[in-house]
Amino acid sequence: MISIFVFSLFPSLSCFTNQKAFTDHYLLLHISLSLSFSSAFLLFLVPNKSKRFRFFPLKFALQRARKIGMAEEETELSEEQRKEIAKWFLLNAPAGEIQYVAKDLKSVLNDDDVYNEAVSEAFPVYNKSHMICLEMPGRFGDVLVTSYGELQDNEYLDPKTAQVAIVDHVKQVCTEVRPATDEELPSPYIEEYRCALDIEMSKYVGEAYPKGFCSVYCTNGKDVEGPGSDFELVVVISAARLSPQNFCNGSWRSIWNIEFKDDIQILELKGKLQVGAHYFEEGNVQLDARHECKDSTLFQSPDDSAVSIATIIRHHETEYLASLEASYLNLPDTTFKDLRRKLPVTRTLFPWHNTSQFSLTREISKELGIGK
Amino acid sequence: MEAAMGLMRRMPPRHSETALSALLSLLPQHSSDLLSQVDLPLQVLCDVDNGKEFILCEYNRDADSYRSPWSNKYHPPLEDGPYPSSELRKLEIEANDIFAIYRDQYYEGGISSVYMWEDDNEGFVACFLIKKDGSKTGHGRRGCLEEGAWDAIHVIEVGPEEEGTTRYCLTSTVMLSLTTDDESSGTFSLSGSLRRQMNMNLSVADGHLCNMGKMIEEMEGKLRNSLDQVYFGKTREMVCTLRPPAEVAQMRLPDS
Repeated sequence: MISIFVFSLFPSLSCFTNQKAFTDHYLLLHISLSLSFSSAFLLFLVPNKSKRFRFFPLKFALQRARKIGMAEEETELSEEQRKEIAKWFLLNAPAGEIQYVAKDLKSVLNDDDVYNEAVSEAFPVYNKSHMICLEMPGRFGDVLVTSYGELQDNEYLDPKTAQVAIVDHVKQVCTEVRPATDEELPSPYIEEYRCALDIEMSKYVGEAYPKGFCSVYCTNGKDVEGPGSDFELVVVISAARLSPQNFCNGSWRSIWNIEFKDDIQILELKGKLQVGAHYFEEGNVQLDARHECKDSTLFQSPDDSAVSIATIIRHHETEYLASLEASYLNLPDTTFKDLRRKLPVTRTLFPWHNTSQFSLTREISKELGIGK
Repeated sequence: MEAAMGLMRRMPPRHSETALSALLSLLPQHSSDLLSQVDLPLQVLCDVDNGKEFILCEYNRDADSYRSPWSNKYHPPLEDGPYPSSELRKLEIEANDIFAIYRDQYYEGGISSVYMWEDDNEGFVACFLIKKDGSKTGHGRRGCLEEGAWDAIHVIEVGPEEEGTTRYCLTSTVMLSLTTDDESSGTFSLSGSLRRQMNMNLSVADGHLCNMGKMIEEMEGKLRNSLDQVYFGKTREMVCTLRPPAEVAQMRLPDS
């Protein structure tokens, strides 16, 4: 019985036996899964908790087992492959849920070495892409973990306070703080712009997001001494609402790239907004919404530029929220209808008559006016 | 095993196939449990005899072949695959025809299949499947969806008849995903899966098909409403909690 089990899994395992990364094999897995799907499935009469259907009688199951053939060999996944799979699960965890995923994963993997390796590789990537917010010890406030502020593997700059946070990715905490060196900070000219914008953005985020954090980094030209050169700032807004006891989590991430073009005296803004939500009480439903927008404005003094930029960002984000609302409003009547109507066009339930079953079809067709 | 199911609840529903294969390879000893508790979007084959499509699932499968509900033949052909008895086959044919009409009324397109087989207990099991592609390029009538899929699996265990009534146990799973994409609002993507059960004791005077049909209709209605109001509603609530539309609300007040 057990060997038949493993044989049936050969097709799905075989795609792991070559060197390519796990992520390249979605299609192959899909095909091989549909092949390996059944034999293990049908060989066992499983009275499981959800009290589902009965399987085929055992005699059919044995017939299938014979048909499947005995030529395949048992294959085991290599440690590298298991680690890649583990990383995939961790990286796909919804906002705020990576610790739960990690816990379940540890139990599924049952191999601490592979687990630790996967976790040490996946957590930093996850933390940066979700732009998690960590509290800095010593009353310096919070720091955002982002690729823009990354100085080294676990050192993140907080431009607001000019401190560098040292972070433990796996535990998702900030372990210590040190002041930033001059090389790590932008020049005073740039800092004027950065700081003015930071102040404006903090005001905006404080008003618009109940639990949002923002940071402004210089991503290009941080050593520019004065007018005459282009530089680039990026505004990062990260807000998360985690309510695991209510089975609901969500996050909002905005990244605004602002190019300060000195020669034409124009600022070009590019925004990327991403909203996610996960509700999982007796089910699993996820929202994934993304939007990109562009705008531009005049290159002015640091304070005026900051106000201008903040106004533009506020405008676009508010508009986006409104369009999300509109999408939701449309759902029941329009979008969802394309999948399944609430009721047939007749606005009544389907006429399952109690006439004899052989004439049922003809009766219904007549009633609904379908020529058959 | 619980940990595995926990993982499935957190992975994005659109990646459920990948997640399941990953779990199967990590936990080969739990394959049967995993395969019976996790549902995946349905696949379709075309019946060579009449060009009609039918849905693939475990209930019409033997080895690598699938039995078409239209011609009752296995694709690719099999010498000794299991078939329902001729009486049950009659019911199966009728069920397929009626369900196709039901499907058309509610789904305005899509594919449906019904499979039945005898139980060990003098009853039988019926499996009703629906697959709808609601995208613009598929069967979406209104053209709003960039991508849209509804897969419904209803399995009813029909008990033996006792004193004019029969017990029906329905387990339904709905998997859906929808994506809209336009200039002003970017991509908006919702996906999810739900599973529910319903048991009823009904009189056989109305006939099995009537009883099963009504149960399925009721269940689908409940699932659709649940998804729409509760589940999607909760994600919408979450968005408004993240960033309350304070300014928008103020602007709306004069109109409302």
